Amino acid sequence: MIEVININKTFNGKKVLENVSGLFAKGKTNLIIGASGTGKSVLLKTIVGLIEPDTGSVEYDKRDFIKADEDTRREIRREMGMLFQGSALFDSKNVQENVMFPLEMFTNTSKSDKLDRVNYCLQRVGLENVNNLLPSQISGGMQKRVGIARAIVMNPKYLFCDEPNSGLDPQTSIRIDNLISDITEEFSTTTIVVTHDMNSVMTIGEYIMFIYKGKKLWEGNKEMILDSDVAELNDFIFANNLMKELKDRG
Amino acid sequence: MILNGIGKYFIFLGKLFTNREKPKVYFSLIIDECILIGLDSVFIVAIVSTFIGAVSGVQTSHNLISPLVPLYVVGVIVRDMTILELAPTITCIVLAGKVGSSIAGGLGTMRIQEQIDALEVMGINSASYLVLPKVLAALIMFPMLVTLAGFLSLCGGYASTVFTGIITSYDYVYGIRFQFEGYNVFIALVKSFVFAFVITSISAFKGYYTTGGTLGVGQASTNAVTNSCIGVLLADYFIAQLLL
Ligand SMILES: Nc1ncnc2c1ncn2[C@@H]1O[C@H](COP(=O)(O)OP(=O)(O)OP(=O)(O)O)[C@@H](O)[C@H]1O
Ligand SMILES: [Mg+2]
Repeated sequence: MIEVININKTFNGKKVLENVSGLFAKGKTNLIIGASGTGKSVLLKTIVGLIEPDTGSVEYDKRDFIKADEDTRREIRREMGMLFQGSALFDSKNVQENVMFPLEMFTNTSKSDKLDRVNYCLQRVGLENVNNLLPSQISGGMQKRVGIARAIVMNPKYLFCDEPNSGLDPQTSIRIDNLISDITEEFSTTTIVVTHDMNSVMTIGEYIMFIYKGKKLWEGNKEMILDSDVAELNDFIFANNLMKELKDRG
Repeated sequence: MILNGIGKYFIFLGKLFTNREKPKVYFSLIIDECILIGLDSVFIVAIVSTFIGAVSGVQTSHNLISPLVPLYVVGVIVRDMTILELAPTITCIVLAGKVGSSIAGGLGTMRIQEQIDALEVMGINSASYLVLPKVLAALIMFPMLVTLAGFLSLCGGYASTVFTGIITSYDYVYGIRFQFEGYNVFIALVKSFVFAFVITSISAFKGYYTTGGTLGVGQASTNAVTNSCIGVLLADYFIAQLLL
């Protein structure tokens, strides 16, 4: 469980996050949604401690993360897995080395055990026979999937994904969404996914936080989202006619 | 502004040495960096230092040819100029360009592609993990490169003065052995150590804190090289003051 309390963040005098609070439950797929440039990535980076908020706190299972000393922070961080919006693969390492990297750093199992684990994770994101390719030699969507494999390789307690399916075709998208929600259920991870894909929202959104210009305007789940009376949220959802039809059909 | 930068630099240096990873992790990284920083620089260092020696030889003999000065003095002057100053300083200025820009460019790219953030989220001290091996590798390799440079510049001086018939082989060799002071070699090695640290840490600092996208990476590389060169020359001056 991750609790975010009254986060404020200003960049060069511009308010990017304003009093954002929320509770991301364990074993659930929690979504942060909103239009481009509203502060979703900044919120996610604040939660994992890459950006210091001006005020507010973040608690991991009641452990204060922002004020924690360096050792506690490192301890909590080793329980995290994160997919970055731009994948953030190490470009001097090949696919296999990228996914194996956390295992190399933090575990002492045998080389073949590590390799099995890597291949298992790669297979779960639907990648086979690319182990020896460099990130620059695979497509953007494949890089995303390698990023997910690297994020889940340590069986994290907390999983963060920044737009896991932007740049993926609809089929692979669904596959990745399902993978994320399966892992969340299987290992009871606390998962936070940033997305603006309504397809994902309607399939895996167990808790949804809607961010608009740095403020939380709505929270709920996928069953409630079509019936909200927040104008900004409705604009966001029904920008797509398909969603409108879905609502009209009931 | 400048003070702020210097303060940040020292905090960065502190980060390199706190909360390190397991020593085992660093070992193979250091080997890799030694190859990148050291072996890959041998060629350029060899060319530069040979020519420095050759030019010193030609210029001193040009200025000194007079019946009053014994010919072997050319050897003495080439030796003292190159070993003490030219071999370490010019070599390291060249390395500041080559090694400094590649360190800053590499780290800058990692920064803007969020690779550094990815390391941090894994709970790795990215500064120490990425930079310490480079600094240590440079501390190992720079003295070797400077030693090589010193040797080759003497050879260059030999080639430009003896092969052209300005002085005899005997005079040149007598000259470079005449009142030879091992202390100068020691100073050259001290310089190479200090320059290694100055160049790698300044360049890494510039690269590590890159902002502003791909444009920023280019700027970081440029700043890394200019700042490293200034750092090298300042350090050169202080070492000369302290040790001579
Ligand atoms: N390091 C930074 N310095 C200054 N401003 C920043 C920084 N990071 C983000 N911002 C600003 O914060 C705002 C929110 O950015 P953010 O990346 O969170 O958007 P987002 O909701 O993730 O959008 P997208 O869906 O396009 O990824 C933007 O206006 C951006 O310019
Ligand atoms: Mg974003």
